[in-house]
Amino acid sequence: MAPAVLIQNLRKHYGQVEAVQDVSLQVEPGQIFGLLGPNGAGKTTTLRCLCTLTQPDSGKLEVAGVSVLKNPKAARQLLGYVAQEVALDKVLTGRELLQLQAALYHLPLGTIKERIQAMLALLDLEAYADQKTGTYSGGLRKRLDLAAGLLHQPQILVLDEPTVGLDIESRKVIWDFLRQLRDSGTTVLLTSHYLEEIDALADRVAIVDRGKVIAEGTPSQLKDQVGGDRVTLRIREFAPWEEAEKAKLLLQALPFVEDVLINTAQGNSLNLVVASQSEALATIQQALKEVGLPTFGIAQARPSLDDVYLAATGQTLMDAEVAAFSKRDPKAERKQNMR
Amino acid sequence: MTTTPVKPDLSSQSLAGSPILNLDTPGLLSKEFLQETLALARRLFIQLQRRPSTLIAGIIQPLMWLVLFGALFKNIPEGLFGTNQTYGQFLGAGVIVFTAFSGALNAGLPVMFDREFGFLNRLLVAPLASRFSIVLASAIFIATLSLIQTAAIVAVSALLGAGLPGLFGLGIVVSIVLLLVLGVTALSLGLAFALPGHIELIAVIFVTNLPLLFASTALVPLSFMPTWLRVIASLNPLSYAIEPIRYIYLHSDWSLGSIVLQAPWSSVTMGTALLVLLGFDVLALVSVQRLLRRSLA
Repeated sequence: MAPAVLIQNLRKHYGQVEAVQDVSLQVEPGQIFGLLGPNGAGKTTTLRCLCTLTQPDSGKLEVAGVSVLKNPKAARQLLGYVAQEVALDKVLTGRELLQLQAALYHLPLGTIKERIQAMLALLDLEAYADQKTGTYSGGLRKRLDLAAGLLHQPQILVLDEPTVGLDIESRKVIWDFLRQLRDSGTTVLLTSHYLEEIDALADRVAIVDRGKVIAEGTPSQLKDQVGGDRVTLRIREFAPWEEAEKAKLLLQALPFVEDVLINTAQGNSLNLVVASQSEALATIQQALKEVGLPTFGIAQARPSLDDVYLAATGQTLMDAEVAAFSKRDPKAERKQNMR
Repeated sequence: MTTTPVKPDLSSQSLAGSPILNLDTPGLLSKEFLQETLALARRLFIQLQRRPSTLIAGIIQPLMWLVLFGALFKNIPEGLFGTNQTYGQFLGAGVIVFTAFSGALNAGLPVMFDREFGFLNRLLVAPLASRFSIVLASAIFIATLSLIQTAAIVAVSALLGAGLPGLFGLGIVVSIVLLLVLGVTALSLGLAFALPGHIELIAVIFVTNLPLLFASTALVPLSFMPTWLRVIASLNPLSYAIEPIRYIYLHSDWSLGSIVLQAPWSSVTMGTALLVLLGFDVLALVSVQRLLRRSLA
């Protein structure tokens, strides 16, 4: 069976900016596949190329074995695309928007009414169907957008940052829905710069940085590759620097400790990378006690996707996010996304 | 997959059972093309129905022209604007054409807003039979609006004493309005894809609108103008729409051979004027076709 999505050596530049330098990935049918990376990493451009909105410089794009560049109409039929910014016509009601959507995908006239009704029920939108979309909340707007993207029952649903700007309640609804969708056989390809979103949803993840895929696998594979456990230690709520230094030297000497960092942003707490073993916490506390240092808090965890990102790029996702934010040119980006 | 009956549970969206993909996608003038064009036009009419202020203003404005601008020149000697003609009678044709022109010039604005808000992306990711349906839906919408406005102007002109052309004459008036609207709508849609944003589009509309009005025979006849303006007005497509309508209003015995416009280089018959408008449409469509194809292909 052909992969649901196949992207090979995709390249796209805008002027001087290499938005996508070399992205290759393969999504198997029935998976939720996550593209994780900071803003400006090239995730949106990749999706726009896949959904025929942007012409790539070079590369191969296929959905369910159909070439996107050679057969764009057939590819569009297979894909459902939900953009990051929900573009609804605020004068239309939800039902009218879905009616338009049905016609754009040429659904048979006799089936449209019940199809729309079923989709409204599925996304719990029935009560709002005949209100103008201008009156909708953010969560409702996203749900209607999802309904629109799914109305023609695409084999592959493509979502760009599906929960950006949503409250926790709405996020959870969307997450649950996407899982259901996957379980019923639809392939889901989504981008996110939220670690927890990818962690919670994705069967496989590709980490994208500066237009390149830098790591790919299941979330737990990626974490295992990074190796070790993470220990966060707080000597006091706000430890003085000297004490933190002293503890760092002490702990570095322990055989199972691989790395120690002092996190000044969190009251000089200590971030340790340790070999995965259960007694780490007790040993650390004992060692501190022997030199008369207290323990305010200590926790051990498996590495997160952020650690994966950190190991691959040398900076945390948050730092990359902040750096990308200061470099962004919203005007140029708007232009790229206008057709 | 489109014939699968839908139940509210997701299991009906079976992947395994999806049919073999048909790569022969429908094209222009197919049933699918009709379906998408009608749906896109319907959206524009729903917008109009829920936000009728543009239509109301679009009807009131030309009537203001007729009543107020007409009154400005009420007391000029009869016959100055041609034989046995009051200024009110003279002005009617100009207002009909100018109103249709302004309306069509604005046709690109909704498309521009769709581009800016990302709504156009929704249309572009859909497997449209032809993206020409986006253009055609706009043209249908604008043409309908123009005909409603024309009907209002013709009716009020009649009440103001300008008389009413015969049925065939009205048919020609409608045809002229449609010819003009088609060409101008095409140009405006072309601009909507060529310009970076709505500010620029509005600026272009703004600088095009009034000069084309003043450099036409809408408000005064050619004979009033200095030679240089007479040349410009004789090149302006608006004049070729205005003069036939004006002639039909004044002469119940009009024919395609009637001379309707005395350009500096030759006299123009009704038939020639219609051909000029047709030529304008062809020129407009050809010049924007490449642009639209690039943006919409």
